[in-house]
Amino acid sequence: MSDQTILEEPPRKQRSVPKPVFTDAEAGAKEFPSSRSRHYNYFEPRKRRASVYEDVTVDVQPDPERHLTQGWVYSFADGSRGYPQEWTALKSTNWHLFLDPNEEWEQTIYRNNADIVRQLRQVVANAEAADAFSNWKRGWATVVAHHVGAWAHVEHGLGMHVYTPAQRDAPTNMINNALAVGAVHKLRFAQDIILYNLELSDHVDGFDGQAHKATWQEDPIWQSTRENVERLTGVRDWAQAFFATAVVFEPLVGELFRSGFVMQAAAPQGDYVTPTLMGAGEADAAREQRGARELFRMLSNDPEYGDANRAVMQDWLDEWTPRSTDAGHHLQPIWSQIPDKVVRFDESRARAHQRFADLVEDLGLELPKEMQA
Amino acid sequence: MSRASITKAHNKIQELSWEPTFVEPVDKYPTDYTFEKAPKKDPLKQVLRSYFPMEEEKDNRVFGAMDGAIRGNMFRQVQERWMEWQKLFLSIIPFPEISAARAMPLAINAVPNPEIHNGLAIQMIDEVRHSTIQMNLKRLYMNHYIDPAGFDISEKAFSNCYAGTIGRQFGEGFITGDAITAANVYLTIVAETAFTNVLFVAMPGEAAANGDYLLPTVFHSVQSDESRHISNGYSIILMALADERNRALLERDLRYAWWNNHAVVDAAIGTFIEYGTKDRRPDRDSYAEMWRRWIYDDYYRSYLVPLEKYGLTIPHDLVEEAWNRIWNKGYVHEVAQFFATGWFANYWRIDAMDDTDFEWFEHKYPGWYDKYGKWWERYADLSVKNGHGPIAFENADYEYPHRCWTCMVPCLIREDTVVDEVDGQVRTYCSETCHWTDAVAFRGEYEGRPTPAMGRLSGQREWETRYHGRDVGEIMQELGYVRDDGNTLVPQPHLDLDPKKMWTLDEVRGITLNSPNVLLNEMSPQEREAHIAHYKAGGPAGRPAPEPAGA
Ligand SMILES: [Fe+2]
Ligand SMILES: [Fe+2]
Ligand SMILES: [Zn+2]
Repeated sequence: MSDQTILEEPPRKQRSVPKPVFTDAEAGAKEFPSSRSRHYNYFEPRKRRASVYEDVTVDVQPDPERHLTQGWVYSFADGSRGYPQEWTALKSTNWHLFLDPNEEWEQTIYRNNADIVRQLRQVVANAEAADAFSNWKRGWATVVAHHVGAWAHVEHGLGMHVYTPAQRDAPTNMINNALAVGAVHKLRFAQDIILYNLELSDHVDGFDGQAHKATWQEDPIWQSTRENVERLTGVRDWAQAFFATAVVFEPLVGELFRSGFVMQAAAPQGDYVTPTLMGAGEADAAREQRGARELFRMLSNDPEYGDANRAVMQDWLDEWTPRSTDAGHHLQPIWSQIPDKVVRFDESRARAHQRFADLVEDLGLELPKEMQA
Repeated sequence: MSRASITKAHNKIQELSWEPTFVEPVDKYPTDYTFEKAPKKDPLKQVLRSYFPMEEEKDNRVFGAMDGAIRGNMFRQVQERWMEWQKLFLSIIPFPEISAARAMPLAINAVPNPEIHNGLAIQMIDEVRHSTIQMNLKRLYMNHYIDPAGFDISEKAFSNCYAGTIGRQFGEGFITGDAITAANVYLTIVAETAFTNVLFVAMPGEAAANGDYLLPTVFHSVQSDESRHISNGYSIILMALADERNRALLERDLRYAWWNNHAVVDAAIGTFIEYGTKDRRPDRDSYAEMWRRWIYDDYYRSYLVPLEKYGLTIPHDLVEEAWNRIWNKGYVHEVAQFFATGWFANYWRIDAMDDTDFEWFEHKYPGWYDKYGKWWERYADLSVKNGHGPIAFENADYEYPHRCWTCMVPCLIREDTVVDEVDGQVRTYCSETCHWTDAVAFRGEYEGRPTPAMGRLSGQREWETRYHGRDVGEIMQELGYVRDDGNTLVPQPHLDLDPKKMWTLDEVRGITLNSPNVLLNEMSPQEREAHIAHYKAGGPAGRPAPEPAGA
């Protein structure tokens, strides 16, 4: 070793730049053991070749039942560690079998949500330019201000306090990522509604942009729904919270209001903007429901725990169905608040119940008594 | 969106939250912190409808760069030495990222401030973005770099290698234990605010110097989300500081979080930047110089110290000691040497330092050669397959180290080693602070007050203890670090891909691995004392102390 390097050092102000060197470190440049081993080999892909979704998702959250040999290195004060399977009453012989049917990862998340955002802004901008809000029939703006506005709270509450904690709690990365995506769908939809409310305040005479708060907090129409949502945010078992939200609440209350009321009632009132907004939220809810169907069907059909899981889910169903049918029932007066009744509450409810019944049957569960009549 | 309309939109979305009246809020994740009288502090204004298109645009640039790198044959100019360390780094980092996403409800649950909740929820999806974008980058490396072995077993290797376990605490630490300790102090106040600079800014610079311009594209894109996360964390710590009862906990957590981040991140990133590079321009900054700028000046002096005026007790002593370890005690050199000693149990290849490297090290760290030069020459000799075992099992004037129970990096600065019997086991610690972390901080009581929410250190923390008494060939098979011919090892002590020169199971069979901790626990108290005295007298560069005269 010598001090030569110091003498050779160029003056500080002319900083050097690294020079490219030809290394030929490209795939295929040589043959040697594993030189062709070009796929992640620590999991079984669902099909012959792993999808990008699987590659970027599977096993990122380790599991002592798979490759984690030294165990979780931190625990909670009560001794539970990592992603405890005990955080739900459901059991699985292999939690890792669940793959998100929507295959959400970075690229799909931003593409889909950005598309929706752009589409909504376009529709609202066009409506403003065409002065379309002035074509709304009398009374419709009030319905939008009160009830569509109140719905924003539902989406926000479920996104922030059901889906967001659930994505900490499930035992695999595939389940948790799907729940995280569900969370931002809900949160984005809530913001879409409330910011739409803001635009209407600016463009529609007499539109009460603050009415949604009192409607949500005090209007008897909404108190059962609010109670249902608040109870969902208080469930500690992540799978129960997800089940009671996606399997029970969404068809019986969510679809009932979004599709069964807003999307059908709006057009005859001269409103083509609100259905676009609701439709985007409904489509996202359908994605979450696909995930829920996949997950709970897997648990229902589990070779070892299927019977026990069905019993647990049946209890959940029996507990949560009355709450959500009650919430849906209390929404009925909204259907009468529009001038011409193009859509009847009973029809909307029958459709929602039918979809609920299909889902319940698909999961191998029985329709609660009050719904069999 | 204009700033005015973002502000207007931001204010409007605050109308979405409400106080529940039908149920009491459930404490999903425990914390000993209290936020009852905290004044609300606003984080950066964030609205999803401007967020998604903005991020999509950033993504498009990343995907464009990926296409460009493949079409431009980037891998013809990439240094293998650098890429090999990426097998380790990119196996670890997607887990901390996804853990940051998982940590968000811990903070949301603890902090009664809806404005911060919105910011934290956006951070959640940012972190899903980071995790999956990094996995995708690694996938591209696996497909286009000359040696895919090690990338192909990535997440499994992360889960079963001692090095992955060291990295894992930088991730598990975000999601377990006291919610604020984990999701605010450890994750945001220290990991994101201080150490993402070396992770996502300093390291990409080094990647580019080694011919890899994709890593900088991806990681700068990741880093551009970080200011929002830092803002979330800052709002929370200011709220916490408003309550006198939180002060002692904050002081405890800052000491723990600072020291653990230093121990883990400086070990890993320091090694990648100093030993994983072929860029030996004399004016290229050393890791120590980068640390001085990014951590000492930008973080410690510009961010942490100003928090003192809110009553936060800053661990000045530990910041200075971290610097002391890096600059005077050779922390990064000792760690790199240990990784190379352990090459036989890795899933990437490590080549010897050569004369060009020696010169650079001597220039940047005067006195380096006298400490480490001979050992690296020995490493080079023993890297050639020639009837001997890996350097860890040959005479190389190196005493295989004890492991730090807390940070799991070995006790490499021998004189700082602390030994104590904790929870019925004789444990070794790399430093007083790591000892304090286990024995004092992660307990159900702190300075006389109950801390029922505080987590514990758990798990089978010593890799060697798990495999104590086992045959190295068997261990490697069990870990899966064997190439597709069923015999050649994934790790190599050199970069030569000539199959005849590559090490195989044959060279490691018949070697028994021992756990220094098991042996330590088997000793009598007197033997132990003598052993530890001797151990602490050793170093630098792991050199055993001379035997006392007459022994
Ligand atoms: Fe991140
Ligand atoms: Fe972050
Ligand atoms: Zn330590």
